[in-house]
Amino acid sequence: MKPLALIIRTAGTNCDRELVHAFELAGADTATVHLNELIANPRRLEEIDLLGFPGGFSYGDDIAAGRIFANRLRHRLDEPLRATVARGVPTIGICNGFQVLVKLGLLPEPDARRQTATLADNTSGRFTARWTSVTVPADTACLWTRGLDTFDLPIAHGEGRFVPADDEALRRLRDRRQVALRYVTEKDPKPQASFPGNPNGSTDDIAGVCDPTGVVLGLMPHPERFTHPTQHPLWTRMASEWLSQTPAGLRFFQNAVEHVKAGRTQPAMA
Amino acid sequence: MTATTDAAAPVDARVHRIEVRLAPGEPDPFAGPVLNEARAALGAITGVESSRIYLVEAALDPAMLQRIADELVADAINQRPVPGASPAPADGASIEVHYQPGVMDPVAQSTREAIAEMFPGLALDRVEVRTGFRYDLHGCRADADALRKFAERSLANTVIQDIHLAPFLPECFQQGSAYTLRVGHVAIRDLDDAGLMKMSREAHLFLSLDEMRAVRDHYRAAGRDPADIEIETIAQTWSEHCVHKTLKSTIRYREANPSLDYASRPGHSVNADGSITIQNLLKSTVAAATNKLMQSEPHRSWCISVFKDNSGIVKFDETDAVCIKVETHNHPSAIEPYGGAATGIGGCIRDVMGTGMAARPIANTNVFCVAFPQTDGAALPKGVIPPRRVLQQVVSGVRDYGNRMGIPTVNGAVWFHPDYLANPLVFAGCIGLIPLDKCFGTVKPGDRIIALGGRTGRDGIHGATFSSAELTDTHADEFAHAVQIGNAITQKKTLDVILQARDAEDGPLFNGLTDCGAGGFSSAIGEMGKDVGARVTLDTAPLKYQGLSYTEIWISEAQERMTLAVPPDKVDRLRALCESENVEFCDLGEFGHRENGEPTLLLTYHGTEVGRLSMHFLHDGIPTPTREAEWGQEIVQSPESRVQSQYGKTPRSGSSSSTLDSGLRTLDSLLSSLLSHPNIASKHWIIRQYDHEVQGGAVIKPLVGRGQDGPSDASVLRPKLNSPRGIALGCGLQTGLGEKTPGGDSYWMTLAAIDEAVRNVVCAGASLDRIAILDNFCWPRCDDPKQLGSLVRAAEACYDGALAYRTPFVSGKDSLSNQFTTEDGRLITIPPTLLITALGIVPDVTRCRTMDAKSPGNSLLLLGATGTELGGSHYHSITGDDSRDRRIPHVHLSHGPRNAAAVAALLDRGLLRSAHDCSDGGMLAAAAEMAFAGRVGLDIELDGLPSERELDDITACFAETPSRYLVEVEPGKLDMVVNALRQAGVPHGQVGRFAGHQRLTVRCAKHGRLLDASLDELRDTWRKPLDW
Repeated sequence: MKPLALIIRTAGTNCDRELVHAFELAGADTATVHLNELIANPRRLEEIDLLGFPGGFSYGDDIAAGRIFANRLRHRLDEPLRATVARGVPTIGICNGFQVLVKLGLLPEPDARRQTATLADNTSGRFTARWTSVTVPADTACLWTRGLDTFDLPIAHGEGRFVPADDEALRRLRDRRQVALRYVTEKDPKPQASFPGNPNGSTDDIAGVCDPTGVVLGLMPHPERFTHPTQHPLWTRMASEWLSQTPAGLRFFQNAVEHVKAGRTQPAMA
Repeated sequence: MTATTDAAAPVDARVHRIEVRLAPGEPDPFAGPVLNEARAALGAITGVESSRIYLVEAALDPAMLQRIADELVADAINQRPVPGASPAPADGASIEVHYQPGVMDPVAQSTREAIAEMFPGLALDRVEVRTGFRYDLHGCRADADALRKFAERSLANTVIQDIHLAPFLPECFQQGSAYTLRVGHVAIRDLDDAGLMKMSREAHLFLSLDEMRAVRDHYRAAGRDPADIEIETIAQTWSEHCVHKTLKSTIRYREANPSLDYASRPGHSVNADGSITIQNLLKSTVAAATNKLMQSEPHRSWCISVFKDNSGIVKFDETDAVCIKVETHNHPSAIEPYGGAATGIGGCIRDVMGTGMAARPIANTNVFCVAFPQTDGAALPKGVIPPRRVLQQVVSGVRDYGNRMGIPTVNGAVWFHPDYLANPLVFAGCIGLIPLDKCFGTVKPGDRIIALGGRTGRDGIHGATFSSAELTDTHADEFAHAVQIGNAITQKKTLDVILQARDAEDGPLFNGLTDCGAGGFSSAIGEMGKDVGARVTLDTAPLKYQGLSYTEIWISEAQERMTLAVPPDKVDRLRALCESENVEFCDLGEFGHRENGEPTLLLTYHGTEVGRLSMHFLHDGIPTPTREAEWGQEIVQSPESRVQSQYGKTPRSGSSSSTLDSGLRTLDSLLSSLLSHPNIASKHWIIRQYDHEVQGGAVIKPLVGRGQDGPSDASVLRPKLNSPRGIALGCGLQTGLGEKTPGGDSYWMTLAAIDEAVRNVVCAGASLDRIAILDNFCWPRCDDPKQLGSLVRAAEACYDGALAYRTPFVSGKDSLSNQFTTEDGRLITIPPTLLITALGIVPDVTRCRTMDAKSPGNSLLLLGATGTELGGSHYHSITGDDSRDRRIPHVHLSHGPRNAAAVAALLDRGLLRSAHDCSDGGMLAAAAEMAFAGRVGLDIELDGLPSERELDDITACFAETPSRYLVEVEPGKLDMVVNALRQAGVPHGQVGRFAGHQRLTVRCAKHGRLLDASLDELRDTWRKPLDW
């Protein structure tokens, strides 16, 4: 039986269709649920194997990106959500979904039960859409980025500057191997990447972080927008073999589906 | 920071204020731009701090207020909430900008709902929120007057916002007052011509004398005075915006020496005096071409719905169709560029949502025409917003709406001309995907009239009629009520509901729908009920605030509203769906009302009849006078043809000699000037602000090449993620060839635009027999026979071009009052502007190519012959060089399509590594773009250039002859390509070879080396002008 991925959407979510597509390409079944419906029926979280918070502009990014969505989750779904994560359900928050998880406090330190980092306005002060090179720290605890090294993904955000609460919080992230993805910079020792540069001013070039267990990933770049070879901006420059390769973005979802199939999650308590 | 005011005062509702400031040491990305502008305007400023202000009117105790501050409005990590009104900095001044009451403020709405959710005991209707911005200017010594002026120019738009020079904390929010019903009637039956015209102008009806007479006579015959709401309904329905009365009218056209065979054209007849009568210009030109193409395959089965619905529909594959619409939103954007552009794209998206049984938007396009950004502030006429600010604001508006709705904005252009100063043009397009079996809806009598989405407010009153007015220096004050501010999330939610309602398992929950655009409910319900009539209960519309009259409810253009015809047995399911998605729902009455057998519109307010109108008179009663048009090049040219100083440079008028005697330097500086001309320069500053990747379909992006910085000819999308089939989107805009250019002619301008739009989508991989095009005419007032004559020329070219390229027009729109009268009475008319948008089907996106050069060793071929004409070229506009051929180039109606077909065939056979449209700036600019986008050096030999006549080097490099393409070919495929081109009879020549170095060189046999430039420097030259 295929694992079931649940995608939570609400007013202003707009990357849910491509997230559904990515999970399905990776071998999962999917269901998309409106936040209102999930609040009314939180037990749906007990039936699922994978969880996705898509990108978009939930509630218009009003006040701050992800704030209102996160507050609604905190007030209405906090315990069911924590229980889901606690049984090891691979969870991904992409772009706006990452902003939600950080502002909810589920990332990067769920046990703190408060917000310990933020995603602030880009240093450019403006929304930016471009492809960017990212790299996976070799020692990361993250299951989603397993086996990946350096590759390109698109970003599209105005509030993506990762800011930990303080130096101590940053040190904890590194010590617990929670940095899941970094932007490749010009000064990086791996200059072969196509589009280097930290696009938003994130501390330590952090593009994505996971929880200490490695099952919950939040990131600003969009892996679900790189599941077909022709999505890469340089595909017309590549040799024809490129068209038959597995795009790096799809590998994220394959990793999560394999993790579930290998029985590494626990069923919900009846 | 600590609180400065605001002590505990429980339970009574009052206004509380929270400032949200950045934590100490946090970078403020928004302060930098303000600091620069403030220094320029106010002198020495040492620093700027920006903060957001929330004003909350509710019964809150101090603990509640603290929770709102800490949990909701301020970030725990990098912001600090400051309750109350903190004073201006001791070493300077502060400026606050707050939305005016009643202006759409999405952040305030969301905050209000979030507060109510935090405190279950606090009812939503007991919470009001308003927001503002505060700027602390440290070291500022300017007086109040200077501060206010700076704020008006750089921080606020006083049409929708108030400026405060002290912290703003009102005692309570101003509330609308209750409305008392008074049914008004208009005494029109006894008015003479002067009285009719006075009424038309003063009541903002903008109807012509003929139309006012028709209304008067209709009511004389009816034996009663019209109700006020009836007059308004007629004015909205008969507005240029809604009915296209100029393009649909009968025209008597005179041309000194007729250049076309008019007698043979559909709907045209030549009169004894040599004048030509054209019955319904649109039908006899633009639509006639489509009808002719649809008489045979493939267009007969490919075109599904043209010129009928809110957008044109063509087949995509065996299960789905794509629909496309392009709109303009010019006058609102002149007054409030951000809101004008945002609601422009918002309205166009609703057109797509309201097509057939609802389409899902998959892409947006946008094109702007503005004055040069360097325009001197002192030279601005009163009532005009500086062009740089206009461009910044319209880009922000499109960005915020498109991005929030999750629709990729993938194609566009910007054209600069001094005469767009007071009348900027904002074109917004939207493309949708719709199942083949959902392309048509039919309203049935008995269906409920259901409105979804936004609430109705006083915003946007008279937008439809306003678009028919000429702008003047007082328009901002007079038409402030026509300004609309959008809320994209309301529209996204409405879309989510409509698509679920469309795709309900047992069939759609509605029979038809349309958007509330210009004219609001009056147009939407009037249109949907045209054949069946309708009974409307205006009191049931949900309002943003109280106090609206029934007429205001009826004609308000408040945004984000859709009207659906819903069978009574499905109303409850639709209502439940709306509730589950927090979408506003209301039942406005019933479709189906006849009187004396005629479909009739009956309007009531709390049971009282307020208006009654025959649908027949409303839709067919508009008089169709014959309009006069004449054309001759000398009559339309502006006496002050402004070739000179187009963007602040003094042209070297007539000084260039016919040979490049100054050698390298001259070609180098010409190429640099052209690459940095804002029409040609990189638009990355705009493109990067748009999410062009959302929905995951982008295959060819707007910026391509090694560094994602080359200008793509068109964008290609894959709308269905499990299919390799795609659509290509491109556009053509050749304003330089129109009547404002010496020798210009809108006929050739139009053909050049069609040719360019086709070139663009062909280069990206569109199939030549599946290209649909759209027209958007923006002209000055066409009650001037000369302007109408120029419009006729353009329309005739649409007919010829569509047939020649076999590209049916599927939709279009016009905006015909684009002129401005300054305070001192000077008339500024825009250049006649025609945007052609092209939508092509790409059978397999893996065949697509991009414009960036791929490898050293490959050859660069130019396809299509280069002519001697330099009129209307960018070269001519920057140099004013009159020593060469000043005529404008003409599209050849068989060579153009032939060349396009040859390129399409070469791409289809996989013989090209890259293909690039050769247009603005000529061959050399296009070749430079290919080289620097690919980071591949290029050596050009001008002797290889195909031409029928001998060309001098300047002409060879910079002529903008249409129907030309640059293609990159690998050595092993060169013979095949050349053979194919020979067989097709396409003039071609190898003009260069890509090389391992990083330079662009140009030489010719006669003069040797003419240019040797660094690719990096050329790219910088091209990137810098609009790198804002």
